[in-house]
Amino acid sequence: MARLDVKKTHKLYINGEFPRSESGRTFAAVDADGNVIARMSEGSRKDLRDAVRAARGAHEKWAGRTGYNRGQILYRIAEMLEDRGEAFSDDLRAAGASKRAAEKEVEASIDRLVWYAGWCDKFIQIYGNLNPVAGPFFNISTPESTGVVGVVAPPEPALLGLVSRLAPVLVPGNTAVVIASDRSPVVAVTFAEALATSDVPAGVVNILTGHAAELTPWLASHMDVNALDLTGAPEDLVVAAEIAAADNVKRVVRSELVDAQSPLLIAAFTETKTVWHPKGL
Amino acid sequence: MNSSVVPVSKALPTPVTAAGLKAYLGGVPTVDEVTVTERVASLGTRSIKRESKRAALELAIRMMDLTTLEGQDTPGKVSQLSSKAVRPDPSDPAIPSVAAVCVYPNMVPIAKVAVAGSGVKVASVATYFPSGQAPIDLKVAETKRVVDMGADEVDMVIDRGAFLSGRFIDVFDEIRRIKEACGSAHLKVILETGELVTFDNVRKASMLAMAAGADFIKTSTGKVSPAATIPVTLVMLESIRDFRSMTGQMVGMKPAGGIRTAKDAIRYLVVLNETLGREWMTPDMFRFGASSLLNDVLMQIRWLDTGRYQSPDYFTKD
Amino acid sequence: MGDDAPALTPVAEPIDWTYAPSRENPDLVSIDDRYGLFIDGEFFKPASKQWFTTLDPSTEEPLAEVALADAQDVDRAVGAARKAFGGWSKLSGAERAKFMFRIARLVQERSRELAVLETRDGGKPIKEARDVDLPLVAAHFFYYAGWADKLEYAFPGLAPQPIGVAGQVIPWNFPLMMLAWKVAPALAAGNTVVLKPAETTPLSALHFARICAEAGLPPGVLNIVTGAGQTGAAVVGHDDVDKVAFTGSTEVGKIIQRQLAGSGKKLTLELGGKGAHVVFEDAPVDQAVEGVINGIFFNQGHVCCAGSRLIVQEGIAEEFVAKLKLRLDTLRVGDPLDKNTDIGAINSADQLAKIEELVAVGQDEGAAMYQPSGDLPARGYFFRPTLFTGVSQSNRIAQEEIFGPVLSIMTFRTPDEAVEKANNTPFGLAAGVWTQKGSRILWMADRMRAGVVWANTYNKFDPTSPFGGYKESGFGREGGRHGLLAYMKTEG
Repeated sequence: MARLDVKKTHKLYINGEFPRSESGRTFAAVDADGNVIARMSEGSRKDLRDAVRAARGAHEKWAGRTGYNRGQILYRIAEMLEDRGEAFSDDLRAAGASKRAAEKEVEASIDRLVWYAGWCDKFIQIYGNLNPVAGPFFNISTPESTGVVGVVAPPEPALLGLVSRLAPVLVPGNTAVVIASDRSPVVAVTFAEALATSDVPAGVVNILTGHAAELTPWLASHMDVNALDLTGAPEDLVVAAEIAAADNVKRVVRSELVDAQSPLLIAAFTETKTVWHPKGL
Repeated sequence: MNSSVVPVSKALPTPVTAAGLKAYLGGVPTVDEVTVTERVASLGTRSIKRESKRAALELAIRMMDLTTLEGQDTPGKVSQLSSKAVRPDPSDPAIPSVAAVCVYPNMVPIAKVAVAGSGVKVASVATYFPSGQAPIDLKVAETKRVVDMGADEVDMVIDRGAFLSGRFIDVFDEIRRIKEACGSAHLKVILETGELVTFDNVRKASMLAMAAGADFIKTSTGKVSPAATIPVTLVMLESIRDFRSMTGQMVGMKPAGGIRTAKDAIRYLVVLNETLGREWMTPDMFRFGASSLLNDVLMQIRWLDTGRYQSPDYFTKD
Repeated sequence: MGDDAPALTPVAEPIDWTYAPSRENPDLVSIDDRYGLFIDGEFFKPASKQWFTTLDPSTEEPLAEVALADAQDVDRAVGAARKAFGGWSKLSGAERAKFMFRIARLVQERSRELAVLETRDGGKPIKEARDVDLPLVAAHFFYYAGWADKLEYAFPGLAPQPIGVAGQVIPWNFPLMMLAWKVAPALAAGNTVVLKPAETTPLSALHFARICAEAGLPPGVLNIVTGAGQTGAAVVGHDDVDKVAFTGSTEVGKIIQRQLAGSGKKLTLELGGKGAHVVFEDAPVDQAVEGVINGIFFNQGHVCCAGSRLIVQEGIAEEFVAKLKLRLDTLRVGDPLDKNTDIGAINSADQLAKIEELVAVGQDEGAAMYQPSGDLPARGYFFRPTLFTGVSQSNRIAQEEIFGPVLSIMTFRTPDEAVEKANNTPFGLAAGVWTQKGSRILWMADRMRAGVVWANTYNKFDPTSPFGGYKESGFGREGGRHGLLAYMKTEG
C-alpha cells in the first residue's frame, strides 16, 4: 500500500509563532481550476490586532539594529528562499503557474531580496543630508523607519509581489503586518516558514492569511499602524481604506507597479528627522 | 522685574579646600556660546528712544570709571582727566560727575587731590596689573600701599595662569588675601576674559571670584583683545544672579575696555536691565571702565538736547 | 551688597528704566480698500460677488475687504494654472531660476514694507516679521531658485518631472513664510500653483502676487485665491489639481486626507504638534531658559513646532522654573508694531477664545498657573505668557495643541522616562533637548519621534533644512533637497 502523505496545516504567522486563527475559522485555498489545494487559517480582526501588537513590540529593537545587521538578515531570507526554491515553485505551480514561470518568479524574488538587503546600510546615505544652514549649526537629516506598516499583498505575482512590497518596508527598520492575498495564500505561509528560520526577529513580519475584504478595513483604521501599502489591495477597498487611514494620518503608498523595485519605496516608509546642534566653544 | 530669588543649588562650603572648590566649580553650569550670542543679538535690537535714551546716557556717565592706564601717564594727564571726571561738560553743569577715575598706583595721590570733595572715587589697579605675574606677598603689599595712598577702590587681576592650569585654590586664596588687604576699599576682580577664552571659564572664574570676596567682577584690563564684549558681560551677569541666589549677596559688574560709543553703553544697559533688573541700575552695582566713551555720550546728550548733530571739537579731550 | 560689605557712599538710588515706545511706521505699507483674486496674472473681482474683512488683531480695526472665492473662482484659478503649466514646465530650469531669483530680490528690497504688512494683518511682533519671517522668505526663494536648473542632481536615479498644478493651503501663523515654503519648491520643480492664504492673514500673499507680476512671472504660474475653509476645500478637491500641500491643524489635515482618498493626488501635510523640550540637569541652564522661552513664546506660541511641553529633570526643576518665571517677567506684551514688543497680538478672536478655554481647563485640572503682571492693551486680542507647573501627562494642556503662549511643565527622573514622556503624544513634529553630554544628545535624538530635533537650541529654520512631522503631525518635508520631492513625479 502506498504511503499516506502527511499534509501540512497552514497557519498564521504572528510574533514568530504559527498560531491558528483565534476564531477557529479556515478557508479553502484553490488552484486555477478551483480545486482545493489546502485549508488555510482564516485570520480575524482579533488576529490582526495581535499581529499589530507584535509588530509594535518588535519595532524599536528592529529599527535599533544596525543597517549592516538588517542587511544580513534580509540576505539570510534570500538564502532561505534559495534553499526552499522547489517548495516555492511547487506552491506557485499548484496555484496555476507553469514550471518555467514559477522558477523565474522564485529567482526574481530571491534577487529582489538580495537587492534590498544591500540597501539597508546605504539608503541613509542617499536620502540623508548634511544641510548647510546659514548659521553656526550642525544640521543633519536622516531617514528613520515610520513604525508599523500594514501591507496588503497583491494576488499576482504571488511571491514576487509579496516580496517586492515587504522588503522595502523592512529595510529602514519598520515592522510589518501583511494580509496575504486569498487567491494565493499557500505561498505566503511557505514564505512565513522561511522567515521563521532566517534570523528575522519575532514580530518583525507578521502574515495573516484570510480575506483582504474583511481585514483591510481593520488594518486601515488601526490607530497603532503608521503606514499602509495598498498597492496589492483590491480596487473596491482602496477608497474606504484611505479614508480610514486618515484617522491617524497614515502614510499610504500605492505604486503603479506591483513588483516595483526602487529606493524611493524605502524612502516612502521613512520619516526624515533633522537634528540641529550649535557649533561653539 | 520680579525680585524673587532663584533657588540655585549650593553655595561654596566652608572651610574652603582645593577639592571643595574644584567640586563647587564643577557644578557651575556650562554656557552655550551660540545661544548667548543670539540672546545678545536679540537684546541688541531693543530700540531706545527719547526720554529713555537720555536717562540711559546720564546713568552711563554716573556709572563710568574714567580710566587712564598708560606708561605715558603723568600727573598733568591724571589731573586733567580727574577734573573732567568731576565736571564732564563744563558748558553744562547739569551733567553729573562720573563714578570714579581709574589710574595706576603712582597716580593715586594726584587723582585723590584732583577729585577731592566731588564724590568721585579714586580706583587704583593693583596686583601687578596687567599680568599679575608676581609673588603674592608683593601683590598684597601693593594693595595695602594703594589703599594707604587713598584709593577708594582696588582693581586687581586674577592669576590667569593658575586658573587655566586648574589651580583654582591659588586664585581663590589670592583674591581672599587681596580682599583682606583692601580693608574698607572696594575690590573689583578683573578676570581678563580675553585670556580665559571660553564662556565656561568666564562663568567658573566669576563664581570663584565672588565666592572669594569680590565686590565687583570686571571683564578686562584693556590690555588684551578682546576686552569687554556684551556676550561675556551677559555671562558674568548671569553668574552674579546665581551668586545672589546662593548667598543673598549682590555683586557688582564692570565691563572694561573697548566700550567707545554711547550706543554701546546703551546696549550694555539693556542687557543689565533685562538680566539683573532695577536693583543693579545704579553706579553702586555697575560700572563702565572706559576712556573715550565719555565724550561720545556727552555728544549724544547734546544732540538729544539741541537737535543738532555734534562735532568733537566742542568737547574737551583730557 | 551683603550685610558685611560696606556700601559705597553716597548710595545712589537705582533708576527705573523703561523703554519709550518705538513704533514702526504703519504707513510704510499702503493697504488698499479692496483686494480681488490674483488669477492669470491679474486681479479680478470674485464671481461669488462676496467679500470678507481682514482685521488688525491688535486693534480690531478692519484693514481691507478681500474677495471670497467660491468654487467657480477656484475653477478659474486652476484653469489658469493648468494653461500656464505647459509653458512653465517646458521653460528651461535656468530661466525658471532667474524668475525666482528676481522674486527673491524683490522680496528683499521690499521686506520692510512686507514686514509691516505681516505685523498689521497677523499681529506678530514687528521685530520677528522683520528679523525672522522676511529674511527667511527671501532666503527660501534664493535657495529653491538655484535648484530649478539642477533637479537631475537632487535625487540620484530619479528623472525629475513636475507634477502639474499644485493646490496649496497655508495657515495664518507665518503667512508669507508658509507661502515661500510651498511656492518656491513648487515653481522650481516646474509646477504651477493655486494658493489659498488663511482668511485672517490674506494680505501679504496678495502683495506677493504683485511682486510676482512685477518680476514678470508668466500669468497663471502663481494664482492666489482668498477665502475661508470652503475655498480651501474647493482648491484641494478640484479635479484638475494634481498635488495638494496643506499646512494647518491636524483636524483639517485629516479632513483633506479623507477628501482625497482614492484620488491618486500626491499629498503632503504639515500639521499640529505638541513639542517636548527636555532639559537635563547638566544643561547650560541660562541658555536652556532662553531656548525654552523662545520655544514657546516665539510668535505668541502660534507655531506648530512650538516647544509647548517642558520636561525638566527633577534635580534642577525648581531652579529652572524659577529662572523661567524671572525671564517671563521681562517679556514685553503689546503693540506688535513697537520694535520692543516680544509678544504681539493673538491672531484672531477665535484663537484667543480657544487659548482662554484651554487655560481654564488647565486650571480646572489642578495645574498651577503663573503669568506676569502688567497691563494688556485695552483693545485687540492679547494673552499673557503663561506657565503651568505640576502638569500631568493626562492633563489636556499636556496633550492638546494650544497654539498660544502657554507652556506646560512636567518633570522626569531618568532619560528613559524623558523619552517616554516626550513621545507620549499622537504628534511628532519637533522636540528639543538640552544637555552638555554629547553621547546623550545623540542618544536622545535617536529616540525622540519627531521630524525636527533641536539640541541645545530651538525654533531654528533654514531653507536648506527639511521640516515636517512624524505621526499625526503630517507627512512630507518642506525645505532642503527633501522639499523638492513633494513637487516631483517619482517612480516606484
